Amino acid sequence: MSTEDTPKDYSESPINLEYFYTAGSATTRFLNQVKEGNIVGQGCPKCKAVYVPPRGSCPRCGVATDIEVPLTDKGCIESFTVVHIPIPGNPIVPPYVCAMIRLDGANISFLHLIQDVDIENIRIGMRIQAVWKPKEEWTHSLENIKWFAPIDEPDVDVATLRFQES
Amino acid sequence: MIQAGVIGVGQTKYDAKRRDVSMAGLVREAIDNAMLAANLEWDAIDAVILGKAPDMFEGVIMPELYLADAIGAVGKPVLRVHTAGSVGGSTAVIAASHVCSGQFKTVLTVTFEKQSESNATWALSPRYPYSPHINAGAGGYFAPFIREYIRRYEAPEHIGWKVAAKDRQNALKNPLAHLHIPGIDEKMVSDTPMLWEPLRYLESCPSSDGACAMVITAQDQVGSRNVAWIKGMAVRSEGTLSAGRDEVNPQAGIDCAKDIYNQAGIQNPFNDIDCAEIYVPFSWYEPMWLENLGFCDLGEGWKLTDKDATAIDGELPFNMSGGVLSSNPIGASGMIRFGEAALQVMGLAEDHQVEDAKVAMGHAYGGAAQFFAMWIVSSTLD
Repeated sequence: MSTEDTPKDYSESPINLEYFYTAGSATTRFLNQVKEGNIVGQGCPKCKAVYVPPRGSCPRCGVATDIEVPLTDKGCIESFTVVHIPIPGNPIVPPYVCAMIRLDGANISFLHLIQDVDIENIRIGMRIQAVWKPKEEWTHSLENIKWFAPIDEPDVDVATLRFQES
Repeated sequence: MIQAGVIGVGQTKYDAKRRDVSMAGLVREAIDNAMLAANLEWDAIDAVILGKAPDMFEGVIMPELYLADAIGAVGKPVLRVHTAGSVGGSTAVIAASHVCSGQFKTVLTVTFEKQSESNATWALSPRYPYSPHINAGAGGYFAPFIREYIRRYEAPEHIGWKVAAKDRQNALKNPLAHLHIPGIDEKMVSDTPMLWEPLRYLESCPSSDGACAMVITAQDQVGSRNVAWIKGMAVRSEGTLSAGRDEVNPQAGIDCAKDIYNQAGIQNPFNDIDCAEIYVPFSWYEPMWLENLGFCDLGEGWKLTDKDATAIDGELPFNMSGGVLSSNPIGASGMIRFGEAALQVMGLAEDHQVEDAKVAMGHAYGGAAQFFAMWIVSSTLD
């Protein structure tokens, strides 16, 4: 108990919430491939957009993305930020680079880390490739990829990345 | 359709920690101010519509139930709205829709956030299953979009500092604003540390406690009251993870703005709107929304900001109250924009009043910049 004389009008009481997460069929298909070191996007049968990571349906067309589209682990940085502040509950030590990763052949991007490069040299449009953890550590998670690192290829004009229905 | 108008706007004092009131006390403070401004008795309220951002922000689930007494909803229809950061705007639109449809004559609507009860950056940075844990709050999410805007239109970095300083200078004219920073200027902003490049500390919104309420009524209930007439209102959403989405210039924002301009008979928003309260939680969203909302062509927004068009004495004042950059009780932040727009056309904005404001716009966005809510209010019905 507090020995303070003043009445207490406020106290901190942290809570911990645990929950079960059911991946669903589309994410399960995707993560089973990620476990094997493969990135397989899912395509919309109508507009042909390729989603990675897939959520199981195309928000444009409202139909199931039931076409499996194998991709490589190469792509480009669509945009990025350098995070300078620690995030509550997050073990990563700032500054770190959080980037929108657009894999070749995919029509949306996802967030992942960029490393193995001086921060001031990171550019929008920079070509990058996944750096994987050792195979024995692979699980059903994009954490199998430690981060993405630049590769020696010409930058991409990100204006060309915008999906256009053909 | 029945014409509806705002007859009372009530706000709390915004602050980092309103420890003098509970959540119930906070919402009641805004409601009492709105009811007083509307000069109404409780019997006149037909329904209560409440909005707030994620319940995880306070850890109180479905707070509209626990708050029923405080919001005067006992025995009356009550509805909860949640559309992330845009919720204050969406809630106002939904409340007004219930009047325009004829369902209710008079609706009380209230929105709030008591951010000091938890930690919003923590709540917005969860560890998602099967993914690396790198989410870095709202700033971390929006910063890449801002970087792409800057790259696309070759905008100089001082634009962000300028917006941040301008909104905080306006806040000095608003006693309710959370942040009052004496002597705030671009230099002070640019001297603050980087949080999420290219965003610096003072280019980011604060975490605030606060609430905003409005009384919205039908034309035949108005009597001799001072009214902000709702001339156009709309909400739009788009898929966050949809192929072809332009996060810098979301289609849902473009469509929502066009819809309210059409409803209000606005041909040229830059000329026809006298002032606007636009949801700018991070400095660069001012030029981005200037373009998205059709006030100028793409790539021209930062130039309008640069030549002081959005200053309180400029051609198109933005965020006279100090905006989200000066007060950010997230769930209420959108309704504050809508309510401040109403106060301007009612001539009640006191020290931050734009002279002769007849037509004003309120705007809110939220989530991953995929939820939008907007309205146009006018001092006259015609």
